[in-house]
Amino acid sequence: MPATQSRINDFVLKIATVNGTGSASANGLLMKALFRMGVPVTGKNLFPSNIQGLPTWYEIRANHAGYMSASGRVDVMVAMNAQTYQKDLDEVSPGGFLVYDSTWPRDRQLYRQDITVLGVPLSKMCNEAFSVARIRILMKNVAYVGALAALMDIDLDVIKKLLEETFASKPKLIDSNLKAIMLGYDYAKENFTCPLPARAETMGDNSGNIIITGNEATGLGCLYAGATVGAWYPITPSTGVMDSFSDYCQRFRMDPESGDKLFCIIQAEDELAAAGMVIGANWVGARAFTPTSGPGISLMSEFIGFAYYAEIPSVFIDVQRVGPSTGMPTRTQQCDVMLCAYASHGDTRHPILFPANPHECFEMAVAVFDLAERLQTPVFLASDLDIGMNDWMVPELTWDDSYRPDRGKVLGPEDLAKMDRFVRYLDVDGDGIAYRTLPGEDPKGAYFVRGSGHNRYGAYTEDSEEYQDIMDRLLVKWETAKTMVPDAVLSKANRKTSLGILAFGSSDGAVIEARDRLEAEGVHLDYLRIRAFPFSAEVVEFLQSHDTIFVVEQNRDAQMKSLLMLEANDIADRLVSILHYNGLPIPSECVFQGVTRHLKLKKEAVA
Amino acid sequence: MTFARPKINLPGQKVNEIGLALRDYEGALSTLCAGCGHDSITAALVQALWEMSIQPEQLIKMSGIGCSSKTPAYFVHGAHGFNSVHGRMPSVATGALAGNRDLVGIGVSGDGDSLSIGFGQFGHVIRRNVNMLYLIENNGVYGLTKGQFSASADAGSTSKKGEVNQMQNINTVATAISMGASFVGRSFSGDREQLVPLIKAAIAHPGCAVLDVISPCVTFNDHEGSTKSYSYIRDHKLRAVEADLISPRAEIKASYYAGDTHPVRLHDGSTILLRKVDPDYDPTRRNNALGYLERHRAHGEIVTGLLYIDQNVTDMHSQSRTTSMPLKAMDYERLNPGSEALMELQKGMK
Repeated sequence: MPATQSRINDFVLKIATVNGTGSASANGLLMKALFRMGVPVTGKNLFPSNIQGLPTWYEIRANHAGYMSASGRVDVMVAMNAQTYQKDLDEVSPGGFLVYDSTWPRDRQLYRQDITVLGVPLSKMCNEAFSVARIRILMKNVAYVGALAALMDIDLDVIKKLLEETFASKPKLIDSNLKAIMLGYDYAKENFTCPLPARAETMGDNSGNIIITGNEATGLGCLYAGATVGAWYPITPSTGVMDSFSDYCQRFRMDPESGDKLFCIIQAEDELAAAGMVIGANWVGARAFTPTSGPGISLMSEFIGFAYYAEIPSVFIDVQRVGPSTGMPTRTQQCDVMLCAYASHGDTRHPILFPANPHECFEMAVAVFDLAERLQTPVFLASDLDIGMNDWMVPELTWDDSYRPDRGKVLGPEDLAKMDRFVRYLDVDGDGIAYRTLPGEDPKGAYFVRGSGHNRYGAYTEDSEEYQDIMDRLLVKWETAKTMVPDAVLSKANRKTSLGILAFGSSDGAVIEARDRLEAEGVHLDYLRIRAFPFSAEVVEFLQSHDTIFVVEQNRDAQMKSLLMLEANDIADRLVSILHYNGLPIPSECVFQGVTRHLKLKKEAVA
Repeated sequence: MTFARPKINLPGQKVNEIGLALRDYEGALSTLCAGCGHDSITAALVQALWEMSIQPEQLIKMSGIGCSSKTPAYFVHGAHGFNSVHGRMPSVATGALAGNRDLVGIGVSGDGDSLSIGFGQFGHVIRRNVNMLYLIENNGVYGLTKGQFSASADAGSTSKKGEVNQMQNINTVATAISMGASFVGRSFSGDREQLVPLIKAAIAHPGCAVLDVISPCVTFNDHEGSTKSYSYIRDHKLRAVEADLISPRAEIKASYYAGDTHPVRLHDGSTILLRKVDPDYDPTRRNNALGYLERHRAHGEIVTGLLYIDQNVTDMHSQSRTTSMPLKAMDYERLNPGSEALMELQKGMK
């Protein structure tokens, strides 16, 4: 066996179980315990498109430096699923450990010289200690938490406290869970040398952080933005957004006296209808949104083009998953960049916000409503399955109580009274954004919304000049949008460099880690994280001020790179794609290798 | 093109309860073919809305795509209109009425718009019982694309070119009743006497009121062999039950109840007075309505009038217990829990 490196607060713990056996709460318990010990953690689900019975994995990365991306290694594997033993065994990094349920012999399969295999008779112990079949299965999962607590030095008191909080209303469950924990814990203590080199240690202070998924944060953001109408059609991985919005509305949006709801959630018959409802509600002045994923955006495209041309504010949340077509619904990608940017027929283009983590999901879920109303157009919030459904440790969300929604250019009865006549599509201010009115307020503000040709006065037209006048004004509005979207985030290298790296959304973590590693090897990269489309001025400036710019994205066709080339066409030969599109979150290794390989090739070419 | 109608207010013209003249309920000049049934329906809508004293700005006029969908431009110029995409009017109307439940929603659709591309949304707006008038201007033909059969064309009817339709038609009213609609009526564009009170009753009904109005297409479907022509409808029309709407403000005289009339009180206090033309017709029983329709269809008769009404179906907002105040008018302070609540909430995320 190779000498094992000590990995204190720097390890990946992966748990392989079967879908529907209640392992999620056991894994959550482990994650939270590490979090409470002050260790930076992230938890990623790898799950099948299935309700019960198929393999599922949960991967916890603990890292004292705070790196959040997938790392590509596994230090401790808990193999609870016989179906995947072999695969799970193969995945353990050299020098790592595999814990398995030794109730049944697995010796021959479980052989690898370069790792340590630890058998714990979890089923046997639980079958002896618990009588109900369902409880036995659940407690088997809790028992491995106990074994890991011993093996990895996870604070038992913290675990106990978490159990007490979780089951505060059902004290009986605290006892049975504790019993199962101790079964695993005592067995490991008695039979193995504890702790392992890959282990936890109480460190810093996580009191300013929270653990949250992107979907939860997005739903919460919609609540704080003042959204009142949510229309949706269930689709993985976006469903959690509406679940979250609904839960928080039940908690914060019920009229205390009547019990009535100060919101309206409509489960539509399909995504087409959901889009129509969002447009209808925004048209009358209620903030409305729909969460969906790529296939939903395809279906909504007709309405998205309508809202672009008729200039109706609307919010589309795309939690991206693997395409094309149905693709892999439970895997992640950044593959809808082009789709969102140009959704629908004819000349259309739409602003997109790209959150990199749940904290930004919350902030941008508020910003997206302001932007949609200010620009009177569909605006996308494009996260992905990795951000949306995984557990992220992020700084606590904060709220500025002085915030008020920016409804943009809306004229009410008082404004109309001062006017001779209201017309809908006139560019009064020169920024390409016309004034609108809301139904139900004033007959003087009445106008006719149409997706057919219309002129600046809002009347139907088939006149070439009048048609073109509107299309050209929409371009002026697009220029205005560039000044309104969130800025890109620039991290300069420690020294002057002609190399740049550009990423967006959930690729951020992988770039941060890879960049540090590259710097240690003498490769310096300025990093720009794009947070929105259209690109604000600093993006174009960044492209023009570097000789080589790596563009990191999680899709096959380099969609973001294509967008960049469309915006700044003189920089095409300077852009180098680093692509990752197998459906798993991008690991830092991919970025590291991508940069290294290119620089090496370039060097060879020069030599 | 849109042609504005010159606004002339004549002294001494009759005004309604809110001081508006009939002309105040008109819209732009119609660009439909001369003699189009749709224009008669528009005139009936103008009359009904004026009689009901609807505030123009409280009305939203919704439509999809097709000849029928142009008509919202032709009535109540003081109301916001929304000409959406083909077959999707119901979803936009649903969203609009979700955001502001005080609006009076009128959706004007056609047989092409509602029974083909929009069949799904038609079904679901009924299922949700969104409080609106869903009016289908039914001519059995695609006019704007020059005369193809629509899904409501009767089997055996011929097109202008002489083709015979082989497929069964989708019966709008029977479909709506089977899908659980709370109010279903049918009329004929040329029968304003029947249409105006039906429209009024449909608007007053607190749910999704489906009105199927046979409206002959003078250009593509008003020939021999068509079952949606003026002459065919006049010859085969059968009145089952007539309706009048009496507003809560109007005095209801005892004599109204005489004979074969049956009052249905709506939740807003108004009353629909049903006059049974056919004594065995009961519009409150679903199986009876469907059986009656079917019996007369077998004889080639088109039953008109208020065919079905159920006051006890809850509408979208009652189902979801939405607050009575329009959501769009809600103060932001009531919608936002604030920073302290956010801090408190996050204790559970640590």
